[in-house]
Amino acid sequence: MDVAQFFSWLNDAHGINFSIFYDPFDRDRFLAGLWTTVMLSVVCIIASVVIGVVGAWAQGAPSRIVRAIAQGYVQVFRNTPPLVQLAFFYFAFSSLLPTVADGFGGREPLISSFGWAVISFSLFAGAFNVEIFRSGIEAVPQSTIEAAEALGYTRLGAYVHVILPLAIRVCLPALNNNLVNLVKTTTLAYAIGVPELLYAAAQIWSEVLNVREMMNVLLVTYIALVALLVAAMNKWERSMRVPGFGR
Amino acid sequence: MKVLLTPRIEGFGGSRWLKPLASTRMLAGLALVFLASAAWAQAAAPAAQASVPSVLIKWAPLIFQGFLFNLLVSVGTMALGTVLGVFLGLAQVSPYAPLRRAAWAVTQFFRNAPWLVLLFYAMLILPFQIGPIALPSWLKAIIGLSLPVMGNIAEIVRGGVLSIPSGQWESAEALAFTRRQTMWLIVLPQAVKRMIPPWMNQYAILTMATTLISIVGIQDGLTMTRAALVAEARTDILVPMYLMLLMMFFIYCYPIARATLSLERRFAVKI
Amino acid sequence: MTTGHKLGRPIVVIEGVEKTFGALTVLRDINMTISTGETVCIIGPSGSGKSTLLRCINALAPVTKGSIRVDGIEVADEKLDKLALRRKVGMVFQQYNLFAHKTALQNVMMAPIHVLKQDKAEVEDRARRLLAKVRLTGKEASYPGELSGGQQQRVAIARSLAMNPSVMLFDEVTAALDPETKKEVLVTIRELAAEGMTCILVTHEMGFAREVADHVYFTDGGVIVEDGPPAALLGAPQHERTRAFLDQVL
Repeated sequence: MDVAQFFSWLNDAHGINFSIFYDPFDRDRFLAGLWTTVMLSVVCIIASVVIGVVGAWAQGAPSRIVRAIAQGYVQVFRNTPPLVQLAFFYFAFSSLLPTVADGFGGREPLISSFGWAVISFSLFAGAFNVEIFRSGIEAVPQSTIEAAEALGYTRLGAYVHVILPLAIRVCLPALNNNLVNLVKTTTLAYAIGVPELLYAAAQIWSEVLNVREMMNVLLVTYIALVALLVAAMNKWERSMRVPGFGR
Repeated sequence: MKVLLTPRIEGFGGSRWLKPLASTRMLAGLALVFLASAAWAQAAAPAAQASVPSVLIKWAPLIFQGFLFNLLVSVGTMALGTVLGVFLGLAQVSPYAPLRRAAWAVTQFFRNAPWLVLLFYAMLILPFQIGPIALPSWLKAIIGLSLPVMGNIAEIVRGGVLSIPSGQWESAEALAFTRRQTMWLIVLPQAVKRMIPPWMNQYAILTMATTLISIVGIQDGLTMTRAALVAEARTDILVPMYLMLLMMFFIYCYPIARATLSLERRFAVKI
Repeated sequence: MTTGHKLGRPIVVIEGVEKTFGALTVLRDINMTISTGETVCIIGPSGSGKSTLLRCINALAPVTKGSIRVDGIEVADEKLDKLALRRKVGMVFQQYNLFAHKTALQNVMMAPIHVLKQDKAEVEDRARRLLAKVRLTGKEASYPGELSGGQQQRVAIARSLAMNPSVMLFDEVTAALDPETKKEVLVTIRELAAEGMTCILVTHEMGFAREVADHVYFTDGGVIVEDGPPAALLGAPQHERTRAFLDQVL
């Protein structure tokens, strides 16, 4: 008996309905949602790390205005609810942007709901990353930085070649934690209609009425996703380990 | 409220910008952005409509009420999550291996599951009433949100207990204290101080997460804001309205973040 | 015989004790007999197993092989009544390990009240007398954070004495102190020994060993290399290793 047969038997005999395993339409919807979640997570992780690196750099910049902007950004995005941030971008901010022709004679927004989700979550996680990277940078001894400058590195050069590699190793555990949170935060995109995993599952359970089963599948899937991410991060952390540094 | 007037904080462990002067500057900056957006919206608005500030003022009380409901939910959730989390955390450091492993698994489960999914779970799976007691939706939401909080508090408790030097356990053992006595009379009282900053941090995160209840149909600050915008049906007040809600949360959560950092510093200096 | 009083019956008997941590053997074939009223010093290089031996006597570390009998109680027994053992044996650590959230007086009072379930008023009275004995009158209400290292160590001694032990173990109790405060603690221990308390000290203080000990054991690599009265062992060591060690520290 293969998987599909087993689950349809399970439904017929016991009323436990895991429709995604035997119904191709539900399965495809679920997998599409899973793919969207993975895409959303990957793009946001990359974007938020870049924002974190740039922001940590900006916090140490000589210009007061740059520092002020960086700090303002960090404090605002860390101390306001991510869902309200998302709503702000999708409903309020998007109204300020021009619309484009959609090729059918109508007009559509410049940035889709997926796009706004990426922007909002990247900025949210990026703010935390700025703080994480900043504490990593502060952990790099001043003498190391002075040595780099004495060797003729510019500020940017020292940042890229000396400070950042050391700082990353120090802040990996905190970064790991934050990226896990980011994957969990992608579920908020449900609220603006992005067809990610939770949205797909909700569609399925509202039609097939198998809330309990879908909930369990959801929980297991998300935990598996997070476990994958943590395993990958741990592998990366181990490969980067510098003996005697940090601990 | 002494913590809010902490003098110069050097680089160690905290952002240089969490000085009193900077916080006033921060709020001033935010207020400026808010007023600027209101003014710009006002300038762009057709003359016949009501002014943007008046619309904001008209709806502010309702939105603020919704915001207060968010705070109420956050307090209830934190209380429940803390109680559950303390026991789960103590189970994680139990010398009885099956209990320890089970507690670890439960903690990891609730820490890694998305908050929104757990909230949905509680809202949809919990019954409408248990026996004669009716379960209103906000109570189900509190239960749902307290689960991830419980997981995080358990980790905080575990970390706090493990951070107490083993010398304390040893000397207590040499004085013939039982493990339970050592935990409750000697280790926990000393560990509680260290647990307070991450506990406060968790509360701030939770407060911001209470907005999730708007997705499952409970009326909170965000629901009210959306309702107000629908009622007015104008695009020019979109930005100021959302900024107003963001400011409410910011004014509540930012001082908590500062107090957390200052306490963290204070407790880090002593052993 | 430097304590000037008679030694009594054997109270701590260690026979054929061996201790391994996994593949590492830390103690091998340890035999010692300590009588009531005796002051014994154990000296030797770091890592020679001295502290481990002390922990074995107090059942803080399990013995792999052999027997330790403290006043009739067999420590290596699986069914050991730890409370009964720790009423007879008190231990003071290098890192004082005072309970930071309690005052000096409360530190001394805690164990008799919670463990021995004795009457609070009696315990307080005894605690004050003990703090006076270690010359800390006036510091009862101070917290450990307000006391110097030497003062904290003396509170730790008083705290162990509050349980009324027959044997006191001292694990390098002056190693973390500077020379001035070291003296206050050593004087306290000397007075204790003079009153007839059985003391087993792991220490690097050769001067103290010479003046106060009745018997000195030199351990190296987990075995007792040599032992004898302090004048003999410290003045004219027989073994090469003992000589080499003493040359280094004296």
